[in-house]
Amino acid sequence: MKQEAKMWRSLEELAETPEFEAMLHREFPRGASEWTNEMQRRDFLRLMGASVALAGLGACTKQPIEKIVPYVDRPEEIVPGNPLYFATATSFAGYGQGIVVTSHEGRPTKIEGNPEHPASLGATSIWAQADVLDLYDPDRSKVLTNGDAISTWSIFLEQLTQALSAQSSNGGAGLRFLTQNVTSPTFAAQMQAIREKFPGSQWHQWEPLCRDAVHEARAGGVFGAETIYDFSKAKVIVSLDSDFLSQHPAALRHARDFAARRRVEKAEGATMSRFYAAEPTPTITGSNADHRVAVAGHQIGELAAALAALAGAGGGGGDVPPNASSWVWAAAQDLRANAGHGIVIAGETQPPAVHAIVAQINASLGNLGSTVRHAAPAEVSPVNQRASLQSLVEEMRSGAVELLLILGGNPVYDAPVDLDFAGALRKVKLRLHHSLFADETSRLCQWQLPATHFLESWSDVRAFNGTATIVQPLVEPLYEGISVHQLLDAIVQLPARTAYEIVRATWEEGNSTSTFEAQWRSFLSDGVASKGEGAAVPENSPQPAPPVPQKSAAVARNKLEILFRPDPSLLDGRYANNGWLQELPKPFSKITWDNAALVSPALAQREKLQNGDYIELTFRGRKLDAPVWILPGQAEHSVTLHLGYGRQRAGRVGTNKGYNAYTLRVSDALWQGTGLTIRKTGRHLKFATTQNHFTIEGRDMYRAGTLAQFMKEPSFAVEMAEVPRREETLYNPDEYKNAGYAWGMVVDLNTCIGCNACTIACQAENNIPVVGKAQVIAGREMHWIRVDTYYSGGPDEPEFHHQPVPCMHCELAPCELVCPVAATMHDAEGLNVQVYNRCVGTRYCSNNCPYKVRRFNFLEYNGALSPIEKLVKNPDVTVRCRGVMEKCTYCLQRINAARITAQLEQRKIRDGEITPACAQACPAEAITFGDIHDPKSRVSRAKARPLDYGMLAELNTRPRTTYSAKLRNPSPQLKS
Amino acid sequence: MGQIFTRSANVHSRVLIFGFILLVCGAGWVTSAVFWSPYTTYVGIPQEQPVAFSHKHHVGDDGIDCRYCHTSVEKSSFAGIPSTHVCMTCHSQLYTEAPALQPVRQSLTTNRPLQWNRVNDLPDFVYFNHSIHVGNGIGCSTCHGQLDQMPLTWRTQTLYMEWCLECHRAPQNFLRPRSEIYNLHWQPPPDQAASGARLVREYGIDTSGRLTDCSVCHR
Repeated sequence: MKQEAKMWRSLEELAETPEFEAMLHREFPRGASEWTNEMQRRDFLRLMGASVALAGLGACTKQPIEKIVPYVDRPEEIVPGNPLYFATATSFAGYGQGIVVTSHEGRPTKIEGNPEHPASLGATSIWAQADVLDLYDPDRSKVLTNGDAISTWSIFLEQLTQALSAQSSNGGAGLRFLTQNVTSPTFAAQMQAIREKFPGSQWHQWEPLCRDAVHEARAGGVFGAETIYDFSKAKVIVSLDSDFLSQHPAALRHARDFAARRRVEKAEGATMSRFYAAEPTPTITGSNADHRVAVAGHQIGELAAALAALAGAGGGGGDVPPNASSWVWAAAQDLRANAGHGIVIAGETQPPAVHAIVAQINASLGNLGSTVRHAAPAEVSPVNQRASLQSLVEEMRSGAVELLLILGGNPVYDAPVDLDFAGALRKVKLRLHHSLFADETSRLCQWQLPATHFLESWSDVRAFNGTATIVQPLVEPLYEGISVHQLLDAIVQLPARTAYEIVRATWEEGNSTSTFEAQWRSFLSDGVASKGEGAAVPENSPQPAPPVPQKSAAVARNKLEILFRPDPSLLDGRYANNGWLQELPKPFSKITWDNAALVSPALAQREKLQNGDYIELTFRGRKLDAPVWILPGQAEHSVTLHLGYGRQRAGRVGTNKGYNAYTLRVSDALWQGTGLTIRKTGRHLKFATTQNHFTIEGRDMYRAGTLAQFMKEPSFAVEMAEVPRREETLYNPDEYKNAGYAWGMVVDLNTCIGCNACTIACQAENNIPVVGKAQVIAGREMHWIRVDTYYSGGPDEPEFHHQPVPCMHCELAPCELVCPVAATMHDAEGLNVQVYNRCVGTRYCSNNCPYKVRRFNFLEYNGALSPIEKLVKNPDVTVRCRGVMEKCTYCLQRINAARITAQLEQRKIRDGEITPACAQACPAEAITFGDIHDPKSRVSRAKARPLDYGMLAELNTRPRTTYSAKLRNPSPQLKS
Repeated sequence: MGQIFTRSANVHSRVLIFGFILLVCGAGWVTSAVFWSPYTTYVGIPQEQPVAFSHKHHVGDDGIDCRYCHTSVEKSSFAGIPSTHVCMTCHSQLYTEAPALQPVRQSLTTNRPLQWNRVNDLPDFVYFNHSIHVGNGIGCSTCHGQLDQMPLTWRTQTLYMEWCLECHRAPQNFLRPRSEIYNLHWQPPPDQAASGARLVREYGIDTSGRLTDCSVCHR
């Protein structure tokens, strides 16, 4: 039985263009394995001759004598060779996410989620994984600078004292602070102390990923209150332009809960939640919907109003776009049928009115109190950040601001362009920027103070629901970094206390000293300082007035709309200098190292645009050139610009990459606006996209069906291809049978949300290098686990499918048969191992791998690392050199560590004791790993599911990694 | 037409042919000799150290247990090199003025670690773990030799993979009871074949060939 719906990976494939056909027949993308230098054959031979001679001689060098350096006084807890783990927290747009950091002899190397923390539950986002690379970024600001001159903390303090004493005469009327979103209780206490000393001072906040609309919506009647969703109880979910699975303070938790409702073990009595999404541009969240419609951003309000009316929540209804009319009807039906078990959620990008409508729907259906509840704000001082920044800029322009301390953030780059922050900043007499990098804002300030990374200093942070975590450092500051708490303390008193003293004092307040020590220690070891679900907001608080549908948008129906969205990898630009995130293929487009203006296939056809063509965007009188990418599923009249690129002073990795979308972002259109015009310019950019890399022609790599289909014929996915009997091979079929452990993996496509966390986690764990844009264009990216995106259906309203692809560890592995030096072979436990010291780089194995999961070190990617960059490497994994093939090892180092521990304790390895990096990071718990010889192990049970299939198992490769087929749960009322 | 080659050409060609074979064999022999010589393997060559530390004195004469200094040998991949503080536990009382110990005292006062020269060093793609070897009946002297007789420490084995495999192929030839791990004078008993086989069972060592899998040491 073949799959009904054709799966395609790109528009070229769907259209079967000749270029795509030609590419299919190549092992690597064009250029990956070619000699591209314009070098003559003779030069080449000459060089090769010299290389051979030198290689021969080079092999004669004997092992050098290395140094071995013990401690002077070994800290008690450190056993050299054994890592330590510390609980701390990272943050997403200011909201805490609990993490556990691995430290090798005092060197943080890997970040994992903290299972005890409600915003993590053991999972991590791509940003949390990549944070550790930022710590060792050689481009970080290293010393205090005053203008262009290097300065010191003591000189700075003198100047600060001078400026402050001038301020103290007028109560600090000219003193202003600008921060990003702040949830730190210690920070709040310090600002309070400053306000007491300088009553005239003001604190402003600006976060480019601001959640003003959510705050303005006044959940439970409180400004800034958080709405907390419990997706594990939701039978019906309706998302209105919300990316709650990826770009949300509670995204990891949402993903875990969402997956719990999507996981299907057996056909009998199987249930799944049903998920409706309406959004203008494809997001991770929308791609997981059972019914997704592409609706322009400014039409979401009307859609919400229509949904409210149909769901019986009142209001006059709205004017729904034709493609969403049956969608909204079915969604409303389902919401009503499952009253009390539904969730309607609106995105941060939508205006407060939409949030008010959504709150009304949830309240009237009885979801409030069951799947939806409100909690006090996590922010210590919730404000409308756009207004806050606006008033600061006005004051700056009027000359009222004499001393401005910008603590974190990069407003010169990311403030709304119409405010002209840079212009206003020049009017401030004394300007100071405290930040990790000397960036665009630092350049316009007299003082730049290097900030400490969160792994270097003490702080505290609250999660979306108010849970506080003490941020504890793992290393001394690598450079002259100063903690923000120390800086604030210096304003109140001198000598300033250390960050540790300040944070501890906040938490000690109101506690008796005798009992506090034990409490403090448990805060640090658990990574949770207060369950503090926030002071709950009373649920019976007055409901918002009946929603008013927005009628104004109707006029703009066929006008072009501009959307500003955080970049899927770099967010607002704060991760611009992070190589791991720059090289991470973005969802859907799989573009690396650039941002694109996303356009719909219909718009591209009308404007005769190809991928990479530059267009000139004109919005509110400002112009910007950006290359386009045609994205299936994009709303027809919407053009999406991703923030975070076009940095001028990001560092060696991030400077001058992509275009700067902030140059069009104005304060009354932070997320969307109509009135855009575009014009093709004729310039063209070659994107480094991995979209079509490693494509395999005409095979059912991805198997999907519906819940109804599964309940009727549970083995539909298995029957899509015939698996030959094991004996049908020319080789010894029993060669790899053993009695001990047999490692295997299951990837559940039904719960995988496509968030890419596995890719980055693997990169961090396995010392995978960053190769750069040119190498990615040549098809030489090194990720051991890639997330493939498939589409089905038409290009305008496709369905999306994500499939993580690591090495399959085939039992009858095609790669092994062709290696002339036996560098890739099986071990007794079924791992297909790559022996780096044997590999001579013929690449035959990659040629013969049907899954295309092998990666070759075409160049010495690790050769040019500075000593500081080397610190991030995992000491338990070999750093590969040029000319060596590599691939997923199932995290062999973790298997061996568990094996040694178990053997020393004279027991078997327990189920769940080994978790590969990808599975550990996965927020949806879609990856299961374990011993398939143990019938009770989680992986054996997962493999026993009727949905379990082997990718290309018809080739009789006997893959150890198998997949659970994807199920959708479409409404019977709608044809999918 | 006359002969092209003179009679002497026979001799020349023979010399050349056999000479070439001899040269290839000779080059092979030289390479092998260099490969196995202490010049390359460092076997038997005492290693210079910043402090002339003598295992002979500390282990042989004083009878200090290996684990007094190499504290993590039973719990970590790395046996551990003693910190300066460990040296000073005794040397704050003994030989407090000895010139030979000046670098140790200096390390303590300046808080800068001593930098020893590595004696036993494996390539970076090999992941050796002390704890599992010590835990499964491989004694110190099997790899490190008679340390109690070394004034300066030297390497006693080549540490080539071939040498590792000698044991990984047939661990029963080398296993000893757990009580004898730190006994530098342990000798295999006459019935090592039988007792070794018994220890293999007791320790639960997989001798099916699993120990020679690449993935055991390389990752």
